[in-house]
Amino acid sequence: MATKKTVTKNRSLPKSPTGITGLDEITRGGLPKGRPTLVCGSAGCGKSMLGVEFLVRGALQFNEPGVLMTFEELPADVIMNARSLGFDLDNLVAKKKLFLDYVRVERNEIQETGEYDLEGIFVRLNYAIEATGAKRVVLDTIETLFTGLTNAAILRSELRRLFGWLKEKGVTAIITGEKGDGTLTRNGLEEYVSDCVIMLDHRVIDQVSTRRLRVVKYRGSTHGTNEYPFLIDENGFSVLPISSLGLAHDVSSDRISSGIPRLDAMLGGKGLYRGSSVLITGTAGTGKSSLGSYFVGAASRRGERSLYFAFEESPQQIMRNMRSIGLNLEPFVQKGLLQFHCSRPTLYGLETHLAVMHKIIQEFNPRVVVIDPISNLINTGSANEVRSMLLRLVDFLKSKKITAVFTSLSSQGDNSLEETEIGVSSIMDTWLLLRDIELGGERNRGIYVLKSRGTAHSNQIREFIITGKGIDIRDVYVGPEGVLTGSMRLAQEARQSAEKLSRQLEIGSKKRKLERKRAALEAQIAALRAEFEAEDAEAGQVLAQENELIKQLEMDAIAMGKSRKADRFLVPRNGNHKD
Amino acid sequence: MKPKTKRAARKSCSKPAAPKLDGHYDLRLYVAGQSPKSLTAFANLKELCDVHLAGKYRIEVIDLVKKPQRARDDQIIAIPTLVRRLPQPIRKIIGDLCDQRQTLIGLELSEKDGD
Repeated sequence: MATKKTVTKNRSLPKSPTGITGLDEITRGGLPKGRPTLVCGSAGCGKSMLGVEFLVRGALQFNEPGVLMTFEELPADVIMNARSLGFDLDNLVAKKKLFLDYVRVERNEIQETGEYDLEGIFVRLNYAIEATGAKRVVLDTIETLFTGLTNAAILRSELRRLFGWLKEKGVTAIITGEKGDGTLTRNGLEEYVSDCVIMLDHRVIDQVSTRRLRVVKYRGSTHGTNEYPFLIDENGFSVLPISSLGLAHDVSSDRISSGIPRLDAMLGGKGLYRGSSVLITGTAGTGKSSLGSYFVGAASRRGERSLYFAFEESPQQIMRNMRSIGLNLEPFVQKGLLQFHCSRPTLYGLETHLAVMHKIIQEFNPRVVVIDPISNLINTGSANEVRSMLLRLVDFLKSKKITAVFTSLSSQGDNSLEETEIGVSSIMDTWLLLRDIELGGERNRGIYVLKSRGTAHSNQIREFIITGKGIDIRDVYVGPEGVLTGSMRLAQEARQSAEKLSRQLEIGSKKRKLERKRAALEAQIAALRAEFEAEDAEAGQVLAQENELIKQLEMDAIAMGKSRKADRFLVPRNGNHKD
Repeated sequence: MKPKTKRAARKSCSKPAAPKLDGHYDLRLYVAGQSPKSLTAFANLKELCDVHLAGKYRIEVIDLVKKPQRARDDQIIAIPTLVRRLPQPIRKIIGDLCDQRQTLIGLELSEKDGD
């Protein structure tokens, strides 16, 4: 397997992949091949399920048949339980990919006398392994033998022999064991199975349970050492190695719309960066969810998948409410572009919530995720836990370049408005604050961009108006009267337009007055001119009469001369009258 | 061992057609090969039966090395295991039967025999 030169150094331990989501990541490839692994934990922590899934996935994905030897559960029960995780054991048994063997240990049926060994179990295991060609064996829970048989010395030596024998057989085995007081298992199985120990835990804090898994020990291999949350759901077991991924993720300078043009304008004109995290905080009823819904609506219109995690409302309720403000999300849901996942925060523990979200996001692969609201999660954990959970979620989303919108309810009161209860604002890229502006006996919504990394965002408060036609963002009135919103803004606007109108009227009347004056003056000018013209005409007439008179006198003189038989005629003065 | 995939009877309670005589003891001893414990157990059992159940017993020795599937069918864990199939109810005694008193208690013979 290894190159000859690096005999010991680089020869990695051969591993047998479990096929269980996340577990192979934590164990860096699976369980130690050909060796037994101890899986321990308290009752109901999922040990058996882990074992069953290990076998089923081995048979289905890796073509490694398996043997399940149960000491507590009847095969019929095992089959039924596995069916609830979507595994058809009957089919696997029929195909000889799986061998089920139930070992009944009843103390009151058995009388012990003298020396014995557990060869019966060896024979059964051997038979099962050979019948199926098994590579994987699960013993669930072999410790039951300690309750059925009294001779602990024999049991211990036989178990030691059994595990040695399993190794010899080269099968990868899972031995389950119940957690004891202060020990990993009640009967100290960890003494015999020491290659790999996985501990499962099922904690209930404030009536909310969280399942966790930890690799306690893995001889000869590195492994994730944290406690990882895991889920058991209809698809089986999944471990979610969600840790803080650090700050090495790629960033995008791609910008996407928030679904509200005016808000995009406030965010430097182009909207949000893809893959950024957006926090929307606000008091009750300020429109956080509506803003979130517009966001997914915009993503859907772009043809991108989006996920909406709601902790307060059902999908139907959200869709109805959004319809009432002019946003119909239903077609997007039908087209499969939008998915709602609604659950009460108290449904499971914080880690489980994270794990569920992680899983759903992995499966759906959305571009936009809305989580509405995160403030509710505080019900299931301390502020510290919530912060660490969100940090991991944000890191995870960023690493996948998913734009995330988180809404958070702020409690009333001025001081807390600019701080989130969980103190997550520092891990967010953009923070939109919605707030009530109480003025003139009414409440209006104001929106402003508290921060937005990497954008030249607006520093203005805008009025955030939710109407039957949609969300509208308007300028608030800022003037000598202060910041006005709502009806006061409208009143102010009305007042302003009235003033404008009256000013206009005033100008008109002044204009008209001037006009009249001009007309009067012009009339005066015309009258004078007429007078002058009359004068002028009269003067002409007098002159003409004068001339006529002179002419007449001349004529008369001529006539007189004629009549007196004068020899010469007087020349007329004007020369006009030649004839 | 050659694994036999065919299993005749799954449950150990399916009875062979044994004569159901009153006081008849139908015993089965499960062993694995000729191990010392198995041999001791058989010898101890034989001796005990001859003393306490003379003439009304039957011992069937089943070698699991030869018939491994019987281990599963008959719910055998330990070797050697003595199963009293008759009279009912079924009793199981594990060990090499070296403690005769315990064995008799296990076979529910101690009262008859003892005081």
